[in-house]
Amino acid sequence: MSVPSEAAAATPRTGVIHNIGYRNYTGPRLGRGYATRSLFVQSLRGAYGLGRSAKSKVLPMVLLAAMCVPALIIVALAVSTDADKLATDYPSYLSNTSTLFGIFLAAQAPVALSRDLRFMTVPLYFSRPLTRTDYVRAKFAAMAAALLILTGLPVVILYLGALLAGMDLGHNTAHALYGLGTAVLYSVLYAAVGLVVAAATPRRGFGVAAIIGVLVVSTTVAGIAWALIGGPTGSPSANWAGLLSPSTLVDSLSTWLFRLPQGDGPSWPPSNGAGIVFLAEFIVTAAASYGLLLRRYRKF
Amino acid sequence: MNPTVARLTVRGLLGRRRGVLLLVVPVLLLLLSVLVRASNGQDHDIAVDVLGTLALGTLVPLLGLIAGTGAISTEIDDGSIVYLLAKPQPRWKIIVTKLAVAVGCTTVFAALPTFLAGLILYGTTDGLAAGYGLGALVAGAAYSALFLLLGVATRHAVVVGLMYSLIWESLVGNFVHGARTLSIQQWGLSLAKAVADPGVIAADVSLPVAVPLLVVVTLGATAFAAVRLAGLTLAGEE
Repeated sequence: MSVPSEAAAATPRTGVIHNIGYRNYTGPRLGRGYATRSLFVQSLRGAYGLGRSAKSKVLPMVLLAAMCVPALIIVALAVSTDADKLATDYPSYLSNTSTLFGIFLAAQAPVALSRDLRFMTVPLYFSRPLTRTDYVRAKFAAMAAALLILTGLPVVILYLGALLAGMDLGHNTAHALYGLGTAVLYSVLYAAVGLVVAAATPRRGFGVAAIIGVLVVSTTVAGIAWALIGGPTGSPSANWAGLLSPSTLVDSLSTWLFRLPQGDGPSWPPSNGAGIVFLAEFIVTAAASYGLLLRRYRKF
Repeated sequence: MNPTVARLTVRGLLGRRRGVLLLVVPVLLLLLSVLVRASNGQDHDIAVDVLGTLALGTLVPLLGLIAGTGAISTEIDDGSIVYLLAKPQPRWKIIVTKLAVAVGCTTVFAALPTFLAGLILYGTTDGLAAGYGLGALVAGAAYSALFLLLGVATRHAVVVGLMYSLIWESLVGNFVHGARTLSIQQWGLSLAKAVADPGVIAADVSLPVAVPLLVVVTLGATAFAAVRLAGLTLAGEE
């Protein structure tokens, strides 16, 4: 007599999936707009290294300090000598420091784009409700905003310093606004140029060198072309050379738009008609860069 | 020198359209020289302006930066340097090989175009072309060594190199005269002055200062880079 073992008695069972009560999320979803805004905020913070390691904060913060410290010195000098005007005009402060925010752009534009390309995270973004246009728009806006902070802050410092020193309110307010306008022009054009170059290369080092190469070489070429056409002898048509580089383009454009005194070098359009050409080039360059970025991301 | 390391470095620097991109600025320099010569003839001031600012002031540091850091920091960045370091090769040999490739790169893409641009702009008159050509060659070698060291020493080699050449050499050098003593560009210019006929090229640093500094910086940077590579630790992306 044999007792059937329990294993033999039990019918052979296969695995069972128990319903343990998982439920789908049915509440409101935050949607595209929220995702775009989050990407904008993250990219903007990333441009200054916020929320990243201490090492990646060093460079943007050093450049921010380098932009602001001369402004503080100018203000301190003006206050201590009781001057009735600042040593530099607001827009010309920006054109003198354009190298600094050029380096910022070269260093941080690849941070915004190249890393996503290199680690193949771009398709992950697009598996969310975020569209390609949203991605480009958020990154563009973040880079322009980061540059605007960098260029706008010294203007604000100069303006506050001028007010503290008791300088002419009307004149300073007008010129500080011109300075902020120039800062916006620089931010938009530089962000456009930098992002297009950065989007083209997944290698960060190469992107940095390429962006600064575009900025520095074009500025040098503009200077040489200006000298070649006869700028040093005072020929107004030499200022067409300003069209050749982003920095001289913005410099010329702000001189024309805000009726500022004409400086040395290719820094003002020779006539009102020329001013419109400069403005057109600015708009076309910015729009074309945006279009190129959209095209770059369409295939992901 | 190790031919395999050299071949891999050349491919890393010039492969996949990068070589064509490196040609853009030299071609621009030559085109501009032709344009200047055609419109203004043999004009000393503009020739010095083009060769001094565009060639020696922009092209040479830019190429030195791309070649010097590109020779090693991209490999450190993506971690593939470990395969090279795992081979039974002394580290200093790797550095010397990569430096040789970088110097060759700056010679072909920066010094040679500078010399040719000088010939186009000014012919062989006064030794201007030869002066700037030699200045660009030597400055390019020094830049390559310095930026190769940066490539080994820091993850932000390109940016630090840019800050040296744009902020220290150009921005600070313009306002603070003493800063020019520590500028590779000025050392190259001083050599150019020595080669060209007297009074053709102006330089702020005297030759007995420039030559030892050039030698010390080039050799010192190479030696230090070899030491740094010997004790290299790999870190993740920040």
